[in-house]
Amino acid sequence: MTIEHTLAVEKLTVGYGDRTVIEGFDLRVEPGRVTVIIGPNACGKSTLLRSMSRSLTPKSGQVMLDGKNLHRLPAKELARTLGLLPQSPLAPEGITVADLVGRGRHPHQKVFTRWTPADDAAVALALQLTQTAELAERAVDELSGGQRQRVWIAMALAQDTDLLLLDEPTTFLDVSHQVEVLDLLTDLNSARGTTVLMVLHDLNLAARYADQLILLSGGRLHAVGDPETVLTRDNLRRVFGLASQVVTDPVSGKPMMIPIGRHHAVPGAAHQQSMDRQAIGGHAQRAP
Amino acid sequence: MSDPAGGARTGQPTPAGPAGVSALAAVAAADRAEIGRAAGALGAARAARRARRRWLIGLLCAAIAVAFAGSLLFGQTAYSPATVVRVLLGQDAGEATFAVGRLRLPRAVVGVLTGFCFGLGGAAFQTMLRNPLASPDIIGISAGASTAGAFGIIVLSLGAAEVSVFAIAAGLLVALAIYLLSYRGGVVGTRLILIGIGVGAMLNSLTGYVLSQADQWDLPEANRWLTGSLNNAQWQQALPVAVALVVLAPVLLGQSRNLAVSQLGDEAAAGLGVNVTRTRLIVVVAAVGLVAFGTAAAGPIAFVAFLSGPIVARLLGPHSSPLLPAGLVGALLVLLADFAGQHLLGLRLPVGVVTGVLGAPYLIYLIVRSNRTGGGL
Repeated sequence: MTIEHTLAVEKLTVGYGDRTVIEGFDLRVEPGRVTVIIGPNACGKSTLLRSMSRSLTPKSGQVMLDGKNLHRLPAKELARTLGLLPQSPLAPEGITVADLVGRGRHPHQKVFTRWTPADDAAVALALQLTQTAELAERAVDELSGGQRQRVWIAMALAQDTDLLLLDEPTTFLDVSHQVEVLDLLTDLNSARGTTVLMVLHDLNLAARYADQLILLSGGRLHAVGDPETVLTRDNLRRVFGLASQVVTDPVSGKPMMIPIGRHHAVPGAAHQQSMDRQAIGGHAQRAP
Repeated sequence: MSDPAGGARTGQPTPAGPAGVSALAAVAAADRAEIGRAAGALGAARAARRARRRWLIGLLCAAIAVAFAGSLLFGQTAYSPATVVRVLLGQDAGEATFAVGRLRLPRAVVGVLTGFCFGLGGAAFQTMLRNPLASPDIIGISAGASTAGAFGIIVLSLGAAEVSVFAIAAGLLVALAIYLLSYRGGVVGTRLILIGIGVGAMLNSLTGYVLSQADQWDLPEANRWLTGSLNNAQWQQALPVAVALVVLAPVLLGQSRNLAVSQLGDEAAAGLGVNVTRTRLIVVVAAVGLVAFGTAAAGPIAFVAFLSGPIVARLLGPHSSPLLPAGLVGALLVLLADFAGQHLLGLRLPVGVVTGVLGAPYLIYLIVRSNRTGGGL
């Protein structure tokens, strides 16, 4: 078995300046599983991820990795166990794909030591897994959004960590690339036992790929659990203020949500929809 | 996509392999061979780049040696290499003992040392702030050291060592002031550069005021604080710069990998195990120290810090750290510009005027380019 790492937060409160974004909660990420954080805009998804990877220091409470305070571990040691792909990393001007992916090897290198064959092997593997090997000598500036995102994921893979945190890894990608990236992360998870924790915007992809869903609302933990218990009509109404139907995804058997707006209602579904709207309030008068 | 999990997609994680390539264990044999070949190609490309870098460094060192020798041999009177060697060995060589030993040699040494300081410090700033305009001589840090130097010598009548300390303190203070002025929930490179240019302009006018208070016979000396000059360079100016280089250059060079990773943005760098705040603090203090020591010795030789990094980037590409080669380019630039200013144009121009003439078009080019691409400023 791969060494399983436990990542947990205890009474975590995080904020920027005077503003508190995450309000004291406890959470345990299932080791060796795929966990996805979902929630409306500005509910603290990215903030939670950042504080769990040490790019943000909590105001109070702590993040524990294998029972040790993550914010007190030596930086490089932590980076050999836990990798982070932020939402919008910066590519230095003119840098090639191979070189950028190679920067993922930083935590494995000492200050003045040379590159080792193990570094090259890890980079080559990361390029292969993300299908970017043929781009290796191209400049990152010249790539399309989808290619670039795969290159960044390759960098995170080259870091070769047991825990991988990703902040919206599918933004800027069309649907086929989104699925491809999530399949890749699932492969990593099942082949290497990599614990994956990521923020996703698309609720249906989140429910399909997650073993564990974390639903945040206004900086608080609203629900945690498997997709069936978290992605429910009731939770969606309360957290997103959105009327919806949740059906079973015919492809994956996971729950799938269908949003209900003010238009496009099919007559048969009208009763349930109007009940939902009344429960939310506001739009009921305009219903046909 | 080829199944990276190979036969291992049974839900059971496979055992981890040797450190660094644990994932290889999970890849099918055919893929593994292909990855091995790809890794070999990556290694070969890396070796080629390393060889290219070594060549460039060797070439730069050779060019510096030639320029250094040239500035000892030639001048109002040209001496034979044998005479110059006699002077270097401390033997009596008649009038050459004074001309070479007391004038040309300290001048060339101060030129090399300050050039190296400027090139290294400038490239470190440009790399850290991800912008070629963020060089200490553009964003007012050299101007701060220069104002303090002029003030120290002309108003306070300080000696060389005290002036160095004074210039460094001023350089750090200006760096801190620019940082605080441009801080608004985080520092954005562009804002820092614009504020730095403003602070620099203010400091230059302050230097102008201090100089206007100087005695008439102080003016050639004072000139140094406006554009930078190696006229009257003496051993006592070389010593503090040499010490600064020996202490601070290794500190900066030791940060080059951290700097490279920091370029990916604070969050990504933190994720890769770089302590971004500490790296930034070390780089700022060391680079400001180098630039301030250099300025205290020869004045703010215009645009050397600004030009060296981009010249190296042209020659080397973005693959490897520009710091060491930038120091060498800085040294070479100062030597060549001083030689040209003294002998080629027949005007005996201070070195800073020559580098200023070289640097200004590049500054304009950068601004035009960044306007066209919509980025930067």
